Amino acid sequence: MLHVINKSPFERNSLASCLRTIKEGASVLLIEDGVLGALEGTAVSGKVREAMENVKFYALQSDLETRGVSDKLMKGIECIDFGGFVDLTADHDLVQSWL
Amino acid sequence: MATKKFLYVNRKAPYGTIYALESLEVVLIGAAFEQDVSLVFMDDGVFQLTKGQNAKSAGMKNFSPTYAALGDYDVNKIYVDKESLEERGLTLDDLQHLTWEDENEDWAEKDSIRLVTRAEIAEIMDTQDVVLSF
Repeated sequence: MLHVINKSPFERNSLASCLRTIKEGASVLLIEDGVLGALEGTAVSGKVREAMENVKFYALQSDLETRGVSDKLMKGIECIDFGGFVDLTADHDLVQSWL
Repeated sequence: MATKKFLYVNRKAPYGTIYALESLEVVLIGAAFEQDVSLVFMDDGVFQLTKGQNAKSAGMKNFSPTYAALGDYDVNKIYVDKESLEERGLTLDDLQHLTWEDENEDWAEKDSIRLVTRAEIAEIMDTQDVVLSF
């Protein structure tokens, strides 16, 4: 299952709810303001790093670039482009968007 | 027209919503009417000032260079919340270096951004005539 997060983890609880609910082996894709959850050294990066033991994280490159934070991407999170976004949704049977 | 103290409180990340861009537009209008303008960037609003924004691949307009023009509109009180930066793994070095020229001191270039605590923001809010939230 692919979980898609598009809200800032500092403003909404969508990432927190997702991580509370997620099953081992699932994937999380961070897009739009959701990429702010992919940054190193923040108040939420500990939680994300913890979740990375069971779950694979991806972040959309263009949304990191737009916000000027590409160089702060947390180690272990895979950066993908729009093609990768399409591949991810195609590779997973289910997509859950945490709006 | 009487001059009033206007404070614009910016709490949203740029691009995900329209708030940041709208705030910037209203700030420029307020400044054009020669009001006493201050800006606060707190919570996710601090991301509005990150340097190196590039919205090309997202197909959006990068409006961040406009912040550098605020000094020319005599908008030189830009308060950034220290704790919001820290929670987000950012430092002043991650933000644009915004400056203004002080005509009373032979156009000396001065920093516009002032790092402040939550307590200082409370004081700043308390001394305004108008507070507009974005």
